[in-house]
Amino acid sequence: MKLKKGVPLIDQHDRYGFWGGKFGGSFIPETLKKPVEDLTNEFKKLRKDKKFLKKRDFYFKNYIGTPTSFVKLDNLTNHLGGAQIWAKVVSEANGGAHKIYNATVHALICKAMGKKYIVGDTGAGYAGKMLSMAAKKFGLKCKIFMGAKDIKRQKPNCDAMRKNGAEIVPVYSGSQTLVDAVSECMRYWVSNCDNTHMCVGSTVGPNIFVKICGWSTAQISRELKVQLKSEFKKLPNKIKLINCVGGGSSAYGFWSEFIDYDRKKIELIGVEAGGPKKSKLHAAPLSQNAKIGILHGAASYLCQNSEGQINDTESISAGLDYPGVSPIHCFLKDTKRARYTYATDEDALKAHVMVTKYENLNPSLEPSHAFAEAIRIAPKLSKDTIIIVNSCGDAKKDRDILRERLGKK
Amino acid sequence: MTSLLSKAFQNAKNENRPALLTYTVAGDNTKKKSIEILKSISNYADICELGFPHNTPIADGGQIQTSAYRAIKNGIKINDVFSIAKDFKKSKKNKPIILMGYYNMIFQYNENKFLDKCKKVKVDGLIVVDLPYPENKKFAAKCKKRGVNFIQLVSPTTTSIRLKKIIKDSHDMVYYISMLSTTGGKLKVSPKKILERYSKIKNQNKSKNVVIGFGITEKTIKSLKKADGLVVGSAICKEISDSINKRQNPVTNVTNIVKRLKNKIK
Repeated sequence: MKLKKGVPLIDQHDRYGFWGGKFGGSFIPETLKKPVEDLTNEFKKLRKDKKFLKKRDFYFKNYIGTPTSFVKLDNLTNHLGGAQIWAKVVSEANGGAHKIYNATVHALICKAMGKKYIVGDTGAGYAGKMLSMAAKKFGLKCKIFMGAKDIKRQKPNCDAMRKNGAEIVPVYSGSQTLVDAVSECMRYWVSNCDNTHMCVGSTVGPNIFVKICGWSTAQISRELKVQLKSEFKKLPNKIKLINCVGGGSSAYGFWSEFIDYDRKKIELIGVEAGGPKKSKLHAAPLSQNAKIGILHGAASYLCQNSEGQINDTESISAGLDYPGVSPIHCFLKDTKRARYTYATDEDALKAHVMVTKYENLNPSLEPSHAFAEAIRIAPKLSKDTIIIVNSCGDAKKDRDILRERLGKK
Repeated sequence: MTSLLSKAFQNAKNENRPALLTYTVAGDNTKKKSIEILKSISNYADICELGFPHNTPIADGGQIQTSAYRAIKNGIKINDVFSIAKDFKKSKKNKPIILMGYYNMIFQYNENKFLDKCKKVKVDGLIVVDLPYPENKKFAAKCKKRGVNFIQLVSPTTTSIRLKKIIKDSHDMVYYISMLSTTGGKLKVSPKKILERYSKIKNQNKSKNVVIGFGITEKTIKSLKKADGLVVGSAICKEISDSINKRQNPVTNVTNIVKRLKNKIK
């Protein structure tokens, strides 16, 4: 298993859609073969279409508000000693998280394909909120599938979705979280694929959805590369890019331009959700050495039992609370290009408290997992090491959880 | 040698009716009850499909999901599914049985081990919902080697070129999904349209037995009786749920519904 240089990772799969011969693929019911094939052909065409690219760049700049800023966290750096800590503040993007990139691209594709309806899944509610925003912007009818448990714990984002005119379909099956929302969304698509476009909210699902999402979020690292060069004149010699990993869309977007570099120069660190400290449940298939399995149309490392039933997961962060993970992260793990670890709920909360205490930054619980790792390793590293954390979401949506866990603020 | 599946279709044809295929979930609502149900309904059904339940079934509607979750909650394991099939075949050795489910269960069990086990307990056919053509070619060949029919699915979205290839690589039976839906949906396409499409599939190769499934209930079954076979699943699963809720015996109730289905296509 080997990474190719000079080829985007999203394109390094074989003809059946597998990365490294075993991750990804398209394990879909026969009914979805045609719509998936149509989407694959359309995307192949559009990504080479200059007019489409111009449109994408226009909306990225004028609607999403790119580039998002790249800032040094001086106070946190001084407090911890050791490596410099920087943040790419992707949460400045319109809507407050990286999910807007994928949502905007899917809405543009949906328009290009002449479909009027768009459906999507959501965990933390960001993917849903952004899709509802993009749908409103481009005049599409939108349905969002969301686990009943997540609807309760991420109320601010649900309010936003409704305000944007989207219908939220609560999912009561299974654990009532993201995994069930994705299943129900796929079922809806099976039944309505003739006039409806489906957006998968992360770099998961059948091959084509991994590709579209990765292609969309890659904007983050394109910006970062320019910003690094303008800040340091050339790429520094010791960089660590730390990102939380649930499905893995923000991490892929944050890393994609840097995958070809030597890992001694640019280390990629993914931080999964370790769940509550005292619980056996987690959402960390990569760092907890889960076996490969098939979920939602793709093969990946997967939290499952020996029979192949999908395990319940648990995390304070709804956006990371998913038993599978992107096949491209499995590939990065097996080729040893990226290193994966986890942070517990408690680690993430502590990191959130520390970052908000020292900096004018309000990372949501998802990137707080990444900050936890940054805080853990920074003191041990030299001053010329540049740690960059992707602060990919804003904590406004976590208002209720933070109030409950940290007391009134 | 003619397979038991082909023989079952031939028998139905001789009686000038479509074959009746039933679908139940192994272990629903208990292991013991599901064997009883299977044995009892097979007096009327020509072919029995037995689902091995998965907790993330992306192509199944509410009724079959409920049955699957119930069976899993009651502790059903893949080896129990095999033992149910084995027990069934012991008493009904000429009645074909088809296992149906999602690929991850087979993948975790190990493909070869799974198929060896199928052969050993005399499973006649296999439907894997999320292993479409052409990705399933190797797997289908492995099935054939062990005398297990791999059943290809065809849907209203299947293109003509693709249809040709699928039929060419299919074994004795082909499953046509009547409409864009998960299992248990209301029949939203006219029977005439479904049968038109069915004929197109059938005309590819008359020797293949083509069955229609999805949306088939006591109400709709008669209108599709021209097909080689008709599959009823969700309506049966719903009957099990209803019986449990009403504290009635699911074996009797399910047998009665299958009996009525059979009478409608005679």
